[in-house]
Amino acid sequence: MIEDLLHEPLRNSLDHCVKCTICETVCPVSNVTPLFPGPKYAGPQAERYREQGEPVDEWSVDYCSGCGLCTMHCPQGVKIAELNAHARYAVKQRGGVPLRDRLIARPTVLGRLGTPVAPLANAALRARATRVLTERLLGIHRDAPLPAFAGRTFQGWARKHEGPATGTKIVYFHNCGTEYYEPDVGEKVVAVLEHNGYRVEVPKQDCCGLPLQSNGLFEDARKYVLRLARALAPHARDGTLIVGNATSCTVMLKREAREILGLEDDPDLALVSRQTYDVCELLLELHDRGELKTDFQPVEEVVAYHAPCQQQGHWIGKPALDLLALIPGLVVHELDARCCGIAGTYGLKREKYQIAMDVGADLFNQVAASGAGLVACDSETCRWMIEHGTHRRSVHPVELLHQAYRL
Amino acid sequence: MSPTLHYDAVVLGAGVAGLTAAARLAEGGARVCVLAKGVGSTHLAPGTIGVLGYDPERVEKPADALPGFIAAHPDHPYALFGADAVAPALEWFADRVEAGPQPGYRYTGGLERNHFLPTAVGALRPSALVPETMAAGDTNAPVCVVGLPVLRDFYASLCAGNLRRGGIEARAVEIEVEVGRVEANALGLARRFDDPAFRAAFAGRLALLLRPGERVAMPAILGLRDPHGAWSDIQRRLGGPVFEVPTLPPSVPGIRVYNALVAALRAAGARLIVGAEALGVEREGERVTAVRAHTSGHDTLFSARWVVLATGGFASGAITLGSDWQPHETIVGLALRGMPAPGEPRFAGDYFGPQPMSNVGVAVDSGLLAEGTENVFVAGAALPGAVPWREGSGEGIALASGHCVAQSVREREGAAAAA
Repeated sequence: MIEDLLHEPLRNSLDHCVKCTICETVCPVSNVTPLFPGPKYAGPQAERYREQGEPVDEWSVDYCSGCGLCTMHCPQGVKIAELNAHARYAVKQRGGVPLRDRLIARPTVLGRLGTPVAPLANAALRARATRVLTERLLGIHRDAPLPAFAGRTFQGWARKHEGPATGTKIVYFHNCGTEYYEPDVGEKVVAVLEHNGYRVEVPKQDCCGLPLQSNGLFEDARKYVLRLARALAPHARDGTLIVGNATSCTVMLKREAREILGLEDDPDLALVSRQTYDVCELLLELHDRGELKTDFQPVEEVVAYHAPCQQQGHWIGKPALDLLALIPGLVVHELDARCCGIAGTYGLKREKYQIAMDVGADLFNQVAASGAGLVACDSETCRWMIEHGTHRRSVHPVELLHQAYRL
Repeated sequence: MSPTLHYDAVVLGAGVAGLTAAARLAEGGARVCVLAKGVGSTHLAPGTIGVLGYDPERVEKPADALPGFIAAHPDHPYALFGADAVAPALEWFADRVEAGPQPGYRYTGGLERNHFLPTAVGALRPSALVPETMAAGDTNAPVCVVGLPVLRDFYASLCAGNLRRGGIEARAVEIEVEVGRVEANALGLARRFDDPAFRAAFAGRLALLLRPGERVAMPAILGLRDPHGAWSDIQRRLGGPVFEVPTLPPSVPGIRVYNALVAALRAAGARLIVGAEALGVEREGERVTAVRAHTSGHDTLFSARWVVLATGGFASGAITLGSDWQPHETIVGLALRGMPAPGEPRFAGDYFGPQPMSNVGVAVDSGLLAEGTENVFVAGAALPGAVPWREGSGEGIALASGHCVAQSVREREGAAAAA
């Protein structure tokens, strides 16, 4: 039942809304398109009508990209993005979820299908004809940035990797992007952690369910995230930390699964949630304790840094900036654009691609104006969007640390 | 176990007071982190800097009125740090805005005289320091108030009608603009006015409706990224003075203030974390050693030698009234001052009247150090003894107390270094 899902913390936060409109000022989507009326309208304001069964413009909430900036900036603690996620779930329950959304919300299924036939799959994804066809048949925009399969998996590398036998144990939660598209990023994360005295364990793991959740497929999302929590919890029980490089997937474990999917009471998820760290968060804390190795060699590069929305949803500021400042020679320009537009799977959709590009325009212009040849960004789908929008290479901040360590 | 990060100073709150204190501390070389539950009051405020508007009658010259006001209100924040602390804070603010990310955008005025600028309902509101884009509101010349029907929070005819009642020759005109939806807010329109083609078309249509010698009053929507460019372009195209009138939230001039102060903060190397709500503190005796903040998944401890509380008063939830009818400061649990005596009225019948309970704030010494602590300072609306909405003093208190806190910390750092 939908009513059961909109559990107390979200429902109670609704009444804290004083209609101050601060959320409207930070919403990247409503600022570029009239199709989304804004977080206040679609969230707390419309919720009062929905609760009473009054008519609302219900599909407009599907244009919310779920970036979460509204919740983050609300001075009253209203869970605006979370309320909108519930409204989206409800409208999709009634109106149905397109096959496309069911497909792109399952990165592990796509990864398993594409990896063994990577050259073929990648060629198909690059070919105009296939993309036009995919757009017509499925509704995935022909120009949307799709990553190339690596043709191997990170787990495959990790199984053969022989790390140090001693050191503080840490569990690496690599996400699906690392597993199927960017195993090299995962290898660098492991190398940086090992360089700093960690013994890295990589348990078998699957998707965190975030794409399913953001596409309104709550039941499936719950299955995925609970399965992941069961896989990680035994490690967390003895105090071991879990670290990840995908800031959207780690924020799913830390907070969103509990809040949006109503899983506050699951003990495994609660434990995993507490023990999960973003990799930059962890390394900065290590540095603060004086335990981060600082044998950084110069990296003569000008880099622009964009903190993605979901990274901001950790509510930890921008630890990557403090870490990158340790690298000699590196010139870092902090960008203050809000969002790259992609929001996971949002910008892939035919009807939303142009909105995503319009949202990202500010960021792309700032990158161009910064003169940077490289863009650092913590989230993989955002990096792919940035590369698409700026024609510049985009890397995870840890990749720069890895380069400076000369590992 | 919560992770810990160490700073010289942790500032709680990202309103004008918190951002000012933080930027000043960072400019002095301190490692500063600002923690904010959300964005502060800037986005709701008109962007003008009021120091003293009413005492209780309209104040023409704040510099002349302040000493008398302070003598009559010994418990007021201005009495703590003195009238002389205000002018440097205003100068600093004007400098930072001018050096900020909005090229050419600047403030004008000071303590010599108040500007009386029309509000959205056509009343004249006193402010000491005002954006240049609003300054032409401060004359009695005939005015044409321009409304955009799509902006439903600004009624040009209401504004013009009340200006006429106040003796100013005023009339209203309306210009339709196409924004793709039935209504727009001030911020959405401000982004449109950043576009030279949009404002050229707008000015072209408005020019046909103007009469010679009229000033033009526009809702404050003339640009967000480049307000000076938008305002001066429109003014040039219309060939006469144009001024902005603050609107209901979201307040575009207020957002410009936030953007300028955050840029100053970043330029000085300080960190700002929005979304991290301060929950409580760790202490050793009278010394607060760390602030515990709610970050996703687990709390984080922000250890600091100095803590600045700039969380606001009742309106922001920084001070609450318990079921025991006692007010509480919610994060540190600091001692409060200004409570109505037992048996005295706590509230007045007149909503906008001088509410006795509104005098409540954190008890501090003249250096704004909180009573019962060694290292917690207080700035802005958390201070006791002011009725900012009646005095027209909120921004002046925020800026000057932010400065005063930074000064106090510097003095103590200096004393510690000398010892």
